[in-house]
Amino acid sequence: MSVLLEINNLKTILHTSKLPVCAVDGLSFKLNRGETFALLGESGCGKSMTALSIMRLLPDAGEILSGSISLNGADLLQLPESAMRQIRGKQISMIFQEPMLSLNPVMTIAEQIAEVLVQHFRLNKPAAQKRILQLLDQVGIPDAKRRMHEYPFQFSGGMKQRAMIAMALAGEPELLIADEPTTALDVTIQAQVLDLMREIQRQNHMAILLITHDLGVVSEMAQHVAVMYAGEIVELSPRENFFSHPAHPYAQQLFASLPDKQKRNQKLAVISGTVPPLTQAFNGCRFSDRCHYAMPRCHDTAPQWHHTSPAHKVRCHLYDPSSALINITRIPEVAPVPAIPAAQQQKAEPLLQVSSLKVHFPIHQGFLKRIVGQVKAVDGVSLRIVAGKTLALVGESGCGKTTVGKSILQLIQPTAGSVRYNQQELVGMERQRLRPLRSQLQFVFQDPYSSLNPRMRVIEIIQEGMSALNAAIEFTAGASATSTATAFPHEAAVDVLLQYVGLPKEAKWRYPHEFSGGQRQRIAIARALAVNPRLLICDEPTSALDVSVQAQILNLLKSLQNNLGLAYLFITHNISVVEYLADEIAVMYLGRIVEQGLTDEVISKPGHPYTQALLSAVPQIGRASAADMIKLKGDIPSPASPPTGCHFHPRCPMAMPVCRQTYPEASTISTTHITHCHLYSQEHRSNHHEH
Amino acid sequence: MPFTPVILWTDALVFLLVFLTSAFIWYVRGNEHLLAPWRRVGHSASGMSALTVLVFFIIVGLLDTLHFRPALEHRNIHGETIYSVEVLSVLDLLLTPLRSNVEKTYSAPLATHLYAKETFSLPDGSQNRAFARLEYGGSHLADPDTEYQSDINTRIAKGIGLGLLFWIILHTLLCLNMARRTHQRFTLCVQSVWRRTTEIPWHAILITLGVILVVIGILSMLATHYHVLGTDKVGQDVLYLSLKSIRVALIIGTLTTLIMLPFALLLGITAGYFRGWIDDVIQYTYTTLNSIPSVLLIAATILMMQVYIETHAEYFETLAERADVRLLCLCIILGITSWTSLCRLLRGETLKLREMEYIQAAHAFGVSHWRIISRHILPNVMHIVLIATVMDFSGLVLAEAVLSYVGVGVDPSMISFGTMINAARLEMAREPMVWWTLLSAFGFMFILVLSANLFADAVQKALDPRVKTFTQNSASAQKNNPAQIPASASAPAPVNKSI
Repeated sequence: MSVLLEINNLKTILHTSKLPVCAVDGLSFKLNRGETFALLGESGCGKSMTALSIMRLLPDAGEILSGSISLNGADLLQLPESAMRQIRGKQISMIFQEPMLSLNPVMTIAEQIAEVLVQHFRLNKPAAQKRILQLLDQVGIPDAKRRMHEYPFQFSGGMKQRAMIAMALAGEPELLIADEPTTALDVTIQAQVLDLMREIQRQNHMAILLITHDLGVVSEMAQHVAVMYAGEIVELSPRENFFSHPAHPYAQQLFASLPDKQKRNQKLAVISGTVPPLTQAFNGCRFSDRCHYAMPRCHDTAPQWHHTSPAHKVRCHLYDPSSALINITRIPEVAPVPAIPAAQQQKAEPLLQVSSLKVHFPIHQGFLKRIVGQVKAVDGVSLRIVAGKTLALVGESGCGKTTVGKSILQLIQPTAGSVRYNQQELVGMERQRLRPLRSQLQFVFQDPYSSLNPRMRVIEIIQEGMSALNAAIEFTAGASATSTATAFPHEAAVDVLLQYVGLPKEAKWRYPHEFSGGQRQRIAIARALAVNPRLLICDEPTSALDVSVQAQILNLLKSLQNNLGLAYLFITHNISVVEYLADEIAVMYLGRIVEQGLTDEVISKPGHPYTQALLSAVPQIGRASAADMIKLKGDIPSPASPPTGCHFHPRCPMAMPVCRQTYPEASTISTTHITHCHLYSQEHRSNHHEH
Repeated sequence: MPFTPVILWTDALVFLLVFLTSAFIWYVRGNEHLLAPWRRVGHSASGMSALTVLVFFIIVGLLDTLHFRPALEHRNIHGETIYSVEVLSVLDLLLTPLRSNVEKTYSAPLATHLYAKETFSLPDGSQNRAFARLEYGGSHLADPDTEYQSDINTRIAKGIGLGLLFWIILHTLLCLNMARRTHQRFTLCVQSVWRRTTEIPWHAILITLGVILVVIGILSMLATHYHVLGTDKVGQDVLYLSLKSIRVALIIGTLTTLIMLPFALLLGITAGYFRGWIDDVIQYTYTTLNSIPSVLLIAATILMMQVYIETHAEYFETLAERADVRLLCLCIILGITSWTSLCRLLRGETLKLREMEYIQAAHAFGVSHWRIISRHILPNVMHIVLIATVMDFSGLVLAEAVLSYVGVGVDPSMISFGTMINAARLEMAREPMVWWTLLSAFGFMFILVLSANLFADAVQKALDPRVKTFTQNSASAQKNNPAQIPASASAPAPVNKSI
C-alpha cells in the first residue's frame, strides 16, 4: 500500500490567550491509500486542529509553526494559497460534525454541490446536473431528482449529513477528513451514515481520516488507530491490536470508563482530573498527573516511542525495554475498582405513576393563526417508577422523551393523562399547590452549559431552589436549616452539597464558566439535590460530556442512589449507559412507548423490531463488521402526521398488512416485559397456529 | 443672604440621579463579587482615559446645575432682600468675564476686531468703513498689529506652564498617596506608573489629564482678554455658549434614558416572558407608537406645551423655569417615543432566554415569576440595556440638535448645541463664512459622545463574566479538583440531615 498522506512533526499553535496554546505538538503519522485512520481522543486534545492544519483552514489565531504535511509527496505547507484551493475539495475534502451548520440555508443542495463541480471540473450545466444526481444517488438520497432542488431545511439531520458527504465526494477526493461525522446523529442514523462511508470507501478507494471520541465507531470503521492526548499521539496501532491490547494507560483507562452491562454493580474507572492546559511547556509525560502507573521519571522525562509489536507503538515509559524495573505483566489490568453493593431489593408502591400522558402542540397557520393540526409529541405514555429505582427512557431524538420528562414536572402542560406522585395528581394542580411538591421531583438537564445562569455564582445557583422552596424543606427535613441570617443562610448546606458531588467548598464563590463541562454537570446535580428530591429526572446528563467525564457523573449518580435512595427517570439514547445504570427500560418511538421491561429482558431478548434495530445499531467494540446489523430505512416520521397503524411500520423489516391498519395493543412477553407489536399479539399468534 | 437657591425640575432629577449613582457605588463597594468586574473597567486604558474626559464634562454639567438667584442691591419697601429674576448657576459665576463681555456681533476666534466692516463717523464729520476694535477682545493692547502675536504667545506659554504645574501637583499627590498605601518609596511609585506596571492604567489617565489641564490652562489665560472661540451674532462668547450647552446635552442624554428605561425593561421583558395576550398587547402598542412619525409627535407635544406655558405664565417665576419645564417635557416626549426599539430588542432576547434550561430549572424549583425576571432574565439582558443606553445617549444628544434646528427643541432662550447649530446654519452661507460656532458645537459634541462610547465599551467588556476571568481562574479550578473527584463519590454524607 502506498502512502497517501504523511505528517511529520506538525506543530500548530493558537494565539487565543496570553500564552500560545500548543494545540498540536509534534504530531507524525502516515495514512495509506484506501484505508481508514482514526484519530481518537477527548475534547480539547487537538484532533480538530490537526484536521484544519491539513486543510490549511486554521482560524486566524492559528499558526503552523513547524513540520510538514505531504500529500502524494508534495508538501502542502509549501504551496501557495491558490494551489491549495485546487487541493481542497479535489484531493482532500472534509465533512463536519454539525450538518445543520455546515450547509448554507439559502442555497439548494444542488447549487452547493455544483459549486464544487464548477470549481474543480468546469462542467457545463447539464453535465453538472447529471453528476449531482449521480452523487446524491450514491449517498442514498431517495428521489434525488426532485430533492436535489430542495433547501437544507427540508432535509432531516441524517439526510443533511448524506448531502454533506455527497458534496465532499463531488471532487472525487483521495482523502476524506471526517470530523466527528456522526456525533450529532441518532444511533440508527449513525449506523446508516457509517455504513454509507464504508461503502463509498470501497467503491472509490478513498482514504478516510476519521476524527472521533467514540471507541465504538473506531472499532467499526478504522484500520489504524492513533490515540491523541494533549496535542500529541500517545499510541499508534492497527485496530485489532489496539482493541485487544491497548497499551497506553490513557487508552486502557478510556476502555475501563466505558459503561456496560458487565460493570453494572461496580464503579466505573475514572480518569481523575482533566486534560492539562496546552499553554504550558511539558517536561515529562503529559498524562503523568492522571496516570495510575506514574513513576518518578514520568514527571521529568518525556517518553519516547516504544514498540510493543512491530506495528504497534506507544509513548510510555512502561514499555521502555532499557528499564528492567517494570513488571509489564501487571499493565493490562486496570486498577481494581471497588464493587458497589446493589441497591436493596424492595417491593414498594410506585413513587411516580404516569398514565396515558399526552402532550400535543397545536400548529398555527395563516393570518388568523388557526389551528391546523397537532404535533403529537407525547401520545399516551404510561410509566411507573418505584422509589430508589432507575427507569431508563430510551429513544432517538424527536421521539418525545424530553417532553415526557418536562411534562411530568409540569414544565410543559400535558394535554391529557395523569401524573400521580405519591398518589397525588399533578396534572392541573395550581401553581401554588404544586410548589411544595417541587422539592420532591427535580430535573437535571442535558447541556450543562445552558442550564446554569452565567451571571450567578455557584452559591446563588444552588441556593435558589432552597430559598424558593424554603417552607417545603423545613417541612420534610425537620426544621434544621442553619439560618445564620446572613446573605447566604444556607451556606453550610451548600458546602455539604458541593462536597457531596465532589467539588471543593471554594467553588461556591465562582461563576459557572470557570468550570469544565463535567464540573458544571456536578453543580447542576447539586442544585437539584439541594431541595431533597425523591425522584430525579435526568435528561441525557452525560451526552455533552467526554467518556471519562461521563464515567465520573455515572458513578456519582449511582452512589447517590445507593446512599439517598433516589429514584431516577433516566432519559437517554445511549444504550451502554442504560445497561450500566437502569433497572427498567422503556423504549419510545414517535411519542409512544413500544417496549417496556426489566433491563436484562429488554437488552437480551428485545421484542419489538425497533428495539432490536436500535440495539444492533449501537457501534460495538470488537464487532468487526456490521453484517448482523439490522438496518433501518429512512428517518423518524414527523410527529405532526404519524403513519397510520403502527408508527414504525414504514421502517419495519417485518411489517405485515395489519401493521398499516391498527396500532398494536400491548402484548405481554413476561410479567414485567410488554411490547406493542402485532408480532406478539394474540391474533397473530393464533393465525400462525392455523397455518 | 446674598442669594437664594433655585431648584429647577431638571436639577431635582439630576440630583436624584447623582444620589442613585452614589448609592449604587456605595452598595457595590460593599460586595466583593460585584466590585470585581468594575475593577476590570479600571484596567482598561481607553476606558479610563474616556472616563477622565467625561468627568470634566460632568463637573461642568453639575456646576451648571447648581442654580441660584443673586440678591439685588436695593431692598423693597418692607426691607426684604429682592432677588434678581435672572437665574444663574455656579458655572455662570465662574465664567463671569465670559458671560458679561458681550461684543456687538460676530468676531473670529482670538480676534481683536469685528468680523465685518462698520461705518464710523469721524470727528470731522466724514465717514469711514473699517473693522472696528472689539470692546473686550484684545482691548488691553494699545497697538494690536505689533503686540498681538507676542501677547498671544506669552499667554499660551503661561497657560501651558500653569497646566503643567497643576498636572505635576496632581501627579505628585497621586504617587504620594500610592506610596502611602503600598508602603513603597515615592520614586518607585513614579517608576511603576510610567513603566505601566500598575493595575489601573495611571499613565493613560495622567496623559489625558495632562492634555486637559494644559488646554484649560491656555483657555483660562486667553479667555480673560480674548474670545477664544469667537463670538456669535449677538456678540456672546462661543466658548461660554459651548460650556453652557454641556448641561443640556447631558440632561437630554441621561434623563431621557432614565425615563425610557422602565418602559422598555418592564414591557419588553414581560412581553417576552409571559407571551400570549400580554405579548400581543405590548407588541401592538409599540408597533402603533412606532408608526407615528416621531418628529410630528414631538412637534405636536412641544407646541401644546408651549401654549400651556404661555397661558399659565403665572406658574413660572422666571424665564429659566419656563425653559426648564420645556426641556423636561422634551426629555419625556423623547423618552416615550424612543423606548420602542429597546423594548423590541429586549422582547426578542427574553424570548430566547425563557427557553434556556436554567430558567426551566428555576421553574422546576417553583421560583416565582417576578424572581425569575429579576434574578435570571434582567442580569442577562443588562448588556443590551447598557449598549442601547449609550447608543441612545449619543443619538439623543444629536436628536436634540436636530429638533432645535426644526424649531421644536429646547426653549430658544436656553443655550444648547442644537440652538447653537441652528443659529450657525445660516452663517455657513455667508461670505466670508462664519465657521467657528458650528465647529465648536461639533467639537464639544464629538468629544462628549466619543468618550461616552469608549467608556461604555470598556464597561460592557468588563461586565461580561465570561470574558476575562476564565484564563485566570480555570487553571486553579482544575488544580483543585482532581484530588476530590475520586474521593467524593465514595464517601458522601447523608445530605438530608445537613440541610
